[in-house]
Amino acid sequence: MMDGRPSAAVSVPLAGVAARRGRRAWPWLLAAAGLCVLPLVPGLDSNFVRSLVSQMGIAAVFALSFNMLLGQTGLLSFGHAVYFGLGGYVAIHGMRLINAGLPIPIPLVPLFGAAGGLFFGVLIGSVTTKRAGTVFAMITLGLGELVVAASLMLTRFFGGEEGITANRTRAPHLFGLTFASQLEVYYLIAFWAFLSVALMSAFTRTPLGRMCNAVRDNPERAEFVGYNPQRVRLLAFAVSAMFAGVAGGLHAVNYEIVAAEALGAARSGAVLLMAFVGGIGSFFGPILGAMVITWLQVSLSDYTTAWQLYFGILFIIIVLFAPGGLAWLIALHLPLARARMLHTVLPGYLAALAPALVMVLGGSLLLEINYRLATKPELGTRMSLFWVAMDVSRPWPWIAGLAMLAGGFYAFRRSWALVAAGWHAASERMREDGAP
Amino acid sequence: MLELVIFSTLNGVVYGLLLFMLSSGLTLIFSMMGVLNFAHASMFMLGAYFSYQVGKLVGFWPALVLAPLLVGLIGAGVERYGLRHVHRHGHVPELLFTFGLAYLIEEIVVMGWGRNPIENRVPATLDFPLFTLFTTSYPAYKAFMMAVSIGMFVALYLVLKRTRIGLIIQAALTHPSTVAMLGHNVPQVFMRVFAAGTALAALAGVIGGFALLTTPNMAAALGPIVFVVVVIGGLGSLGGALIASLAIGIMQTFAVALDVSLLDLLRHAGVAIGRESALFELASIKIAQAAPMIPYVLLVLMLIVRPKGLLGTRET
Amino acid sequence: MSPSPALQLQEVHKSFGPTPIIRGVTLDVVAGERHAVIGPNGAGKSTLFNIVSGRFPPTRGTVRLKGTDITGQPPFEINRRGLSRSFQVTNIFPRLSVHENVRCSVLWSLRYRYSLWHRVDRLRDVEDRTERILAQINLSARQDVPAGVLTYAEQRALEIGITIAGGADVILLDEPTAGMSHSETEYAVELIRGLSGGKTLVIVEHDMGVVFNLADRISVLVYGEIIATDTPDRIRANRAVQDAYLGTEHH
Repeated sequence: MMDGRPSAAVSVPLAGVAARRGRRAWPWLLAAAGLCVLPLVPGLDSNFVRSLVSQMGIAAVFALSFNMLLGQTGLLSFGHAVYFGLGGYVAIHGMRLINAGLPIPIPLVPLFGAAGGLFFGVLIGSVTTKRAGTVFAMITLGLGELVVAASLMLTRFFGGEEGITANRTRAPHLFGLTFASQLEVYYLIAFWAFLSVALMSAFTRTPLGRMCNAVRDNPERAEFVGYNPQRVRLLAFAVSAMFAGVAGGLHAVNYEIVAAEALGAARSGAVLLMAFVGGIGSFFGPILGAMVITWLQVSLSDYTTAWQLYFGILFIIIVLFAPGGLAWLIALHLPLARARMLHTVLPGYLAALAPALVMVLGGSLLLEINYRLATKPELGTRMSLFWVAMDVSRPWPWIAGLAMLAGGFYAFRRSWALVAAGWHAASERMREDGAP
Repeated sequence: MLELVIFSTLNGVVYGLLLFMLSSGLTLIFSMMGVLNFAHASMFMLGAYFSYQVGKLVGFWPALVLAPLLVGLIGAGVERYGLRHVHRHGHVPELLFTFGLAYLIEEIVVMGWGRNPIENRVPATLDFPLFTLFTTSYPAYKAFMMAVSIGMFVALYLVLKRTRIGLIIQAALTHPSTVAMLGHNVPQVFMRVFAAGTALAALAGVIGGFALLTTPNMAAALGPIVFVVVVIGGLGSLGGALIASLAIGIMQTFAVALDVSLLDLLRHAGVAIGRESALFELASIKIAQAAPMIPYVLLVLMLIVRPKGLLGTRET
Repeated sequence: MSPSPALQLQEVHKSFGPTPIIRGVTLDVVAGERHAVIGPNGAGKSTLFNIVSGRFPPTRGTVRLKGTDITGQPPFEINRRGLSRSFQVTNIFPRLSVHENVRCSVLWSLRYRYSLWHRVDRLRDVEDRTERILAQINLSARQDVPAGVLTYAEQRALEIGITIAGGADVILLDEPTAGMSHSETEYAVELIRGLSGGKTLVIVEHDMGVVFNLADRISVLVYGEIIATDTPDRIRANRAVQDAYLGTEHH
């Protein structure tokens, strides 16, 4: 930031440095109150919103559990969905037992998920955490594949492609809660998600949580102050798998079905995307990422079949240009906001926004045409994209797409100078004012 | 029985050599640059698709050379404009970048060639039975695959032993930190090694495309196995990668041919497991069915017995 | 009756491949003394520290800490038995704050271990010891800064702080003043003298001023063998030492 622009070279800020700040209770109370009131707010009281927020809550718990490994302990897992899925399976089997007469109310089902996640976390973690770094990443990938292969073979427990189903309404009704309505399910998920986030936040301030950071930074030195880094990694892995299992348990309650996709590579990739887009350097980043990505998953898939491609591009852009994720971008602007100087950088952003939109529009036009031609050739060359009818056997749609992409890119690059100028002015002024 | 053993061994060696073509490129890149190229199997896939596309235009033989060159160029571009950029953020972003790239390449392949397998046919010049033993005939293209991969190893060996860059790479294999001390033009060396590694993967893709189904998810299917090979062989060890490739190739091929289950074996031994037993399902799985799991089971065993891998010396 | 040695090395050998680095070192460090190990570059001083602290095992021989055999134990076990070491090349937690760097080293010794049910910032004893150490190494004012941005001399001080914060009674310091200016060195010597009171200190050092100023006894290590162990005065007068080491320095 010394050169007055939001340079990607600024190292990724990491959780832990500022951990001694005073902690306030009000954001937590506010969040809890918000979760309670949200589904009753007029306009947001639809089942769609309740279901969307439920999904976000599940994703947030999962993404935070993932970042307990990546951001806090420095362990990159490519198979984290294994614990989500196995937790989910244990939970759905628990629900089946409840359906068969086990006297446990449905709100306790996520505990089955936690137990399942913890059990398999310890079991599999005792192998994977023997190594750290790159090798750990490769091992998690291999073990993820192993569990997927096993899940397709052992159909009695995993139910094959169709999965295992259960009924959340056939259970002891505690306080008259039947969980027949999405609202009751929403409150169940909101409660467990809030509790899990709070517990995971508390974890970062325990001796073990702090030593996870130490092992991430310098495992060798940790050994010379009395800690066994392998043990720290295993414990972090087990706790993380337990919370992933809670998320899987919530998934089981929400959908009343758990299938092989719950533990597959796609979900492992999705949680990585969420955590990284949100920002692995801050505790709350992954929650933000989980919300944004879940929302995009739900809304984009309505409009385009190529949404996975867009996710791939988004991910690469974040890795290349904002490795600290959204949380980092926000943190970058907080000092400006505090100094009431956001308006100095705003014109630059607005100037960059227009060409960026043109560029994105042109690019996605080209992608959509290609994707349609490649995946559904039987539908022919006439299509309607962005509410415009076109025939892509003629050159115009292609030329338009290319022109928008190239022109937008050129103008975007030019507009970047304005952004830099805005930042320069803001940092100059802040230095004069002696603001932090 | 002898027939089965001979052909399974031959097929296993071909598959193993294919795995080694991939794992050797991965090892070279990793040893030099410390980057685990997650998109390595994607480059393999691009090789298969490019050879199909280029082959349609100019025929198979030019494509055998052109496709790897094209993919090598793409590799150079990836290093120059992507990896080099994220390098300063550390190894995790590098790994994530290649992970994102693998994801993107799969989607791009879908966009270019659709989701269904393409008809990546063996060229007519190679489409004949080389010899027939007992009742099974051995196709010529498999012998060709073997010849190409062995030819590649000889070339690789000569480059490593006889050229300057080969010496540098060898030094990097044993003493990774020395690369930093090479002084001039390390980025250039990195780019070339990365391009060469991806080109090797693409060459493997060209010849592997015949043996495996050419689909957009072939990278996702093969990638984890290549990683397993590298971990079992020991990170940074070419010799270890060779042993692990052949072992996994042969074991998997034999397993596919074995249509028996634990249940059958136990029955021979006079032990019966009832249908109601919790073990029934586990025991009734045919070994052939479990073949895809073999690499991963080996991985777990290796980690328990010898976490550094067969010939590994490096910790991370 | 003489006190039992804090550290006892018996016929310790270490080879890397075919190359012997340590060739039969036998050494007793008396509890409470300040013991310096000197010797020319490549004599094996750092290797000796690495063996004693568990970074790697000796090829042959035994190491005893306060009477217990610790040969080949992992570093964390040795540290838990009361031996702590610093590193020649600064070895800290760069992205954690200075305060946290010290605190990491306090946690195990106060028996919080892998605890999941304590909140670190509410632990009075941890906080007290951490603040005391920070004050001793003169970094209280910098405690919220990430350790990676400290100056070189500050990082060296932090390195010592991490080493002593665990309360170990046997301390190994590997060239604590390497790369320091004259005034920084003087400060570091006073720091070390103050911190090592009542403890057993083994120090590797190149600066002869520091060695003769600080040490009760000196061992001279040359090509993997200890050629003499004695008080500073007698080491200075020792012909063999002068020939092998000190003499060459004064030419």
